[in-house]
Amino acid sequence: MAIETVTPASAQPDPPVAEPEHLTRQDRIGLLRAMLEMRGIEQRAMSLYRQGKVPGSFYDGYGQEAVSAGAAFAMAAEDRLCILHRDLAAHLIRGVAPERIFAQYMGRADGITAGRDGNVHFGDRHTGCVGMVSMLPDMMLVAAGMAMAFKLRGERRCALTWFGDGSTSRGDFHEAMNWAGVQKLPVVFVLENNQYAYSTPLDKQFAVDPVKRATAYGFEGVSVDGNDVEAMFEATRAARERAINGGGPTLIEAVTMRMHGHAAHDDMKYVPIEQVEEWKQRDPIDRQERRLQQLGVDVDELRKTVADELDAAAQQALKGPMPSPDDVLDGVFCDGQAEPLGDGRAPWSGFAKGHA
Amino acid sequence: MPAMTYLQAISSALRDEMRADERVLLMGEDIGVFGGAFKVTDGLSAEFGPDRVMDTPLAESAIIGTAVGAAVVGLRPVCEMQFSDFISCGFDQLVNVAGKMHYRQGLAVPIVVRLPSGGGFSGGPFHSQNPEALFMHSPGIKVVAPSTAEDAKGLLHAAIHDPNPVCFMEHKHLYRRVKGEVPEGVYETPFTARVARAGEDLVVIAYGAMVDVALEATDDLDGARVEVLDLRSLVPLDTAAILDSVKRCSKVVIVDEANMTCAAGAQVAALIAEHGFEDLDGPVVRVATPDVPIPFSPPLEQAVLPGVERIKEACRELLAY
Repeated sequence: MAIETVTPASAQPDPPVAEPEHLTRQDRIGLLRAMLEMRGIEQRAMSLYRQGKVPGSFYDGYGQEAVSAGAAFAMAAEDRLCILHRDLAAHLIRGVAPERIFAQYMGRADGITAGRDGNVHFGDRHTGCVGMVSMLPDMMLVAAGMAMAFKLRGERRCALTWFGDGSTSRGDFHEAMNWAGVQKLPVVFVLENNQYAYSTPLDKQFAVDPVKRATAYGFEGVSVDGNDVEAMFEATRAARERAINGGGPTLIEAVTMRMHGHAAHDDMKYVPIEQVEEWKQRDPIDRQERRLQQLGVDVDELRKTVADELDAAAQQALKGPMPSPDDVLDGVFCDGQAEPLGDGRAPWSGFAKGHA
Repeated sequence: MPAMTYLQAISSALRDEMRADERVLLMGEDIGVFGGAFKVTDGLSAEFGPDRVMDTPLAESAIIGTAVGAAVVGLRPVCEMQFSDFISCGFDQLVNVAGKMHYRQGLAVPIVVRLPSGGGFSGGPFHSQNPEALFMHSPGIKVVAPSTAEDAKGLLHAAIHDPNPVCFMEHKHLYRRVKGEVPEGVYETPFTARVARAGEDLVVIAYGAMVDVALEATDDLDGARVEVLDLRSLVPLDTAAILDSVKRCSKVVIVDEANMTCAAGAQVAALIAEHGFEDLDGPVVRVATPDVPIPFSPPLEQAVLPGVERIKEACRELLAY
């Protein structure tokens, strides 16, 4: 059976800016800033990788910045997240400092895992985040488990995780969707449909669009333009509201495109050039910038501010030490008390206004 | 002290923990109203309700994975695999997510996975396994295996209090066969070895169901004074106690009910070869299940599982060395 491959609408000019109900001007700038920071960090990290300063390979989320920025922006401080490897903006929104992220990429002592894990394989437990593992989508179950605890304790909190189109083929996708549906958990599943799992296109991954499967598990699935950061925010905000009000899980399919290879070594020759060209017209940062320019925001100034901050952060990380092999055997086990995750930053103005 | 079966001791530990700490919850297949395939959780649902004695979907990966999530936000889940064999379906969540979490990001995962294990009752290839060595080989997971009712309760208390993932190997064959006095209330049995019977001519090192078999096999062995060391914990492994027994007895038989290759006993043998060589008066001898799936039919199963006669024979040969 043939399936439809999701492609963007042709590059129409964006519709006139409607005032979003739940976003202030400052929020909208914040969303752009998170995306600019993510792209700026990843571009600098790619350079560091090419200079041999980032060991292993390097994975980025170029072109997908809206998915993590929009979704994470809708999450409250006490909510909990499992963040994937193309979702750096979520870490930034939760409060992880860019210099620590550069240090993480370079395997340095000041990185979030202090050199014990690489790339975006981290979660800063002080920001309410559990770091991902490479087996996908394992974190769907961890997120479901956090949501289960919230529900059991009667707390108005929510868990969220991202995962990709390839993840929908594994059993843990089914187990998590089913469990969350059966127990009606306050969890938001963000399926980042970026058209390829490494080199494998959607038509070799599934016969039924995963968002349609949500209904079969007993909850709602919505498809969102994953390159529109405000649409991502709004879909996640609504899903979170449903979750904390006892309405159960939501599957959000964020339709986007992986604009770089799977990792730095991947030349992406399996992707038709026209597909890339088409998606370039829908770059999430360009789109948000155009919106904000119409509102009179000095986008160039914001870009420059972010660039200066990131240059300084990269320099600071480069001065940091490598980890000492002396303690490479420490910490396999916890010797003290188990401390649960702490709260993260939640910059959305709605929380200050007492929303949700 | 009341006398309890091994199974009652496990149930008692669960009940005591749930009464003492509202963070403790039980998760597993058919553990609620039904009370579990072996009735370990019988009556607990009535006392603590279906939220804390949770009947889960038939999904082992999800049981472990959601337990990890619940643990990192403050609960203390105790998962039941209906049979330890089924942990193969939850292996990834346990080994890759739970086991590596603290080392990678300093986040503790206080979960217990109860694993009814072992053969001897025609369970066949999928209801008889002893998978503990898989988890000894996976950093970040503790593994304990009680052989007595008292230790079953004390080790389970200690496992639930431990801030790390702990595999609790409970041997099905011991559930109703082993009975003993058990202290009342909450107490912790340390994750160390125990001398089950002191001796000086030879030591049999075993754990779980093989401890009783070793005691029986060596109770009256031509007058030899045979020590039996019950490991109780496989991770951490009590290397000091093992080397101490070797020093005292100089001859060692290591018994595993698990398949021979890379079993816990293989690690013990390697430890002795490296650090106890000078104390040995003979080769280290191993008795274990050969590397075959556990067969169903009684004569076939009995042919592969280590029993009293095989241990006797191994000890006699070594004593004569």
